[in-house]
Amino acid sequence: MSTPILEVRNLCKSFGGVVAIDNVNIQVAEGEIHALIGPNGAGKTTLISQLSGLLQPDSGNIIFQGKDITGLPPYQFSLAGLARSFQITSVFQELTLADNVALAVQAHAGHAFRFWRNAKKDPALREPAMAYLKQVGLEERAGWLASEVSHGERRQLEIAMALATDPVLLLLDEPMAGMGREESAELIGILKNLRTEKTLLLVEHDMDAVFALADRISVLVYGQVIASGTADEIRNNSKVRSAYLGEDES
Amino acid sequence: MVLLLAVVPYVLYVTGNTFWLDIFTRLVILAIAACGLNLILGLGGLVSFGHAAYIGIGAYAVGIPVYHETYGGMDAIASYNGFVHLGLALLCCAIFAFITGVISLRTRGVNFIMITMAFGQMMFYAIVSIETYGGDDGLTIDLRSELPFINLDSPLSLYGLCYISLLVVVFLTYRIRNSRFGITLQGAKSNEERMNAIGVNCYKYQLTAFVMSGVICGYAGFLLGNFTTFISPEMMDWTRSGEIMFMVILGGAAMLWGPVIGAVLFIVLEFVLSEYTVYWHLPFGLMLIFAVLFLRDGVTGAIHGLSSSGARHQS
Repeated sequence: MSTPILEVRNLCKSFGGVVAIDNVNIQVAEGEIHALIGPNGAGKTTLISQLSGLLQPDSGNIIFQGKDITGLPPYQFSLAGLARSFQITSVFQELTLADNVALAVQAHAGHAFRFWRNAKKDPALREPAMAYLKQVGLEERAGWLASEVSHGERRQLEIAMALATDPVLLLLDEPMAGMGREESAELIGILKNLRTEKTLLLVEHDMDAVFALADRISVLVYGQVIASGTADEIRNNSKVRSAYLGEDES
Repeated sequence: MVLLLAVVPYVLYVTGNTFWLDIFTRLVILAIAACGLNLILGLGGLVSFGHAAYIGIGAYAVGIPVYHETYGGMDAIASYNGFVHLGLALLCCAIFAFITGVISLRTRGVNFIMITMAFGQMMFYAIVSIETYGGDDGLTIDLRSELPFINLDSPLSLYGLCYISLLVVVFLTYRIRNSRFGITLQGAKSNEERMNAIGVNCYKYQLTAFVMSGVICGYAGFLLGNFTTFISPEMMDWTRSGEIMFMVILGGAAMLWGPVIGAVLFIVLEFVLSEYTVYWHLPFGLMLIFAVLFLRDGVTGAIHGLSSSGARHQS
């Protein structure tokens, strides 16, 4: 394996007496789709929050592209090239989809101390925004308000916004959450198309999606990574089967 | 609206109703202040309760140099020159807004309201305690600011200056709303966590908006000082901050013309209601509650909604 693009080293985090993340090590290689799975309460969200700077780890390091980015504020994570989508849809409801994505494009186009020109008519923002919407199959909805489109489309918008920040690594926090079967299938298609250009770290409950997409999988149980490997290795890992997959198999 | 504010005062003045011209001048000055507050309250979603302090600073930036020019002392700032007054007003407001903004903007919600109010009151008590400038008795401005081409002693010229200033401020806020800066600010108001996730440090944009907002209110204060020629700490009391806030909310925060409509309504209601009763604040308060509860974007939003209802929802 080449040098990992993201390396989580001995990460620990506890809340009061509860250990949420217990000495976690994860390596994500460039160009792969890495899935993080685990039962409810395993610490997935806590881990993702630390990987996007929202939570500070108690100890351990987050190394991204060879740089230690532990402890930086959230916007610095994004500027460094580590974008995230949210488990609970978090878009600008009162803006159109195009405006939402344009805002994300603008965020990475340098400072926004421009007080005069109309940004809503600025082709430097509009054109990339449309391209990203097209990438997730939303170009026909560009003029709709985010509050008017379906839940599934808002999830796709999340991903378009994350893409618009031109990330090296995309952190997707349960992108399929609350989606129907058809919508999930569509999203899996979109994510598959991304694999050629981006590295993806995917936190997901939907096992079909995980096994359809992931090159490698890490399994988090009670704050610890109990296994890490290819889909086949994970499927056949006895520890994983008893701790996690067993519950799903009928 | 624009025409109304341009023509009516002129006609009133020519027909000898100088009292009404005074009302209009006060209205337009307050509208400028409300536009300034709206920049941080409407676009930024941050409820500042201390903006009367900037009006006060602006007004004392006229009063203090004039006082020293007349009675001596403080040669550095003593002057009748309007540009000195204006420069002093804007600069002091910018500095005060920057210092208080750096601290207040670390908080949100009720804490932000309280801390901005506390800074406002600090300014209030500072002026009260300075006996030289009249303390809480206030200070009479003996001479208005001297400006080239405009004689502020003429009520009509003063009104003209205020009126044009208002148009400039409204146009300025209109440009800012749709600029990258404005959109960033509105994004931060809507969803700050999301803004962080796409790589925006909201703090520096909010601080800039806070300073701009303070400076605009300072300008309004400069005009107000020249209009009333009597200034007192009372004009920077927190109830004054509340009044500007009422205007913005009544008219419609985040609406371009909201603060102006709000200022007009405020002055009209104050005038009409106080004809009937000295307790005019009571019906006024009830109306404000009604506006907050039932009119989402204030009166401006309601008018807007009526004129375009149905057209919006065709998707």
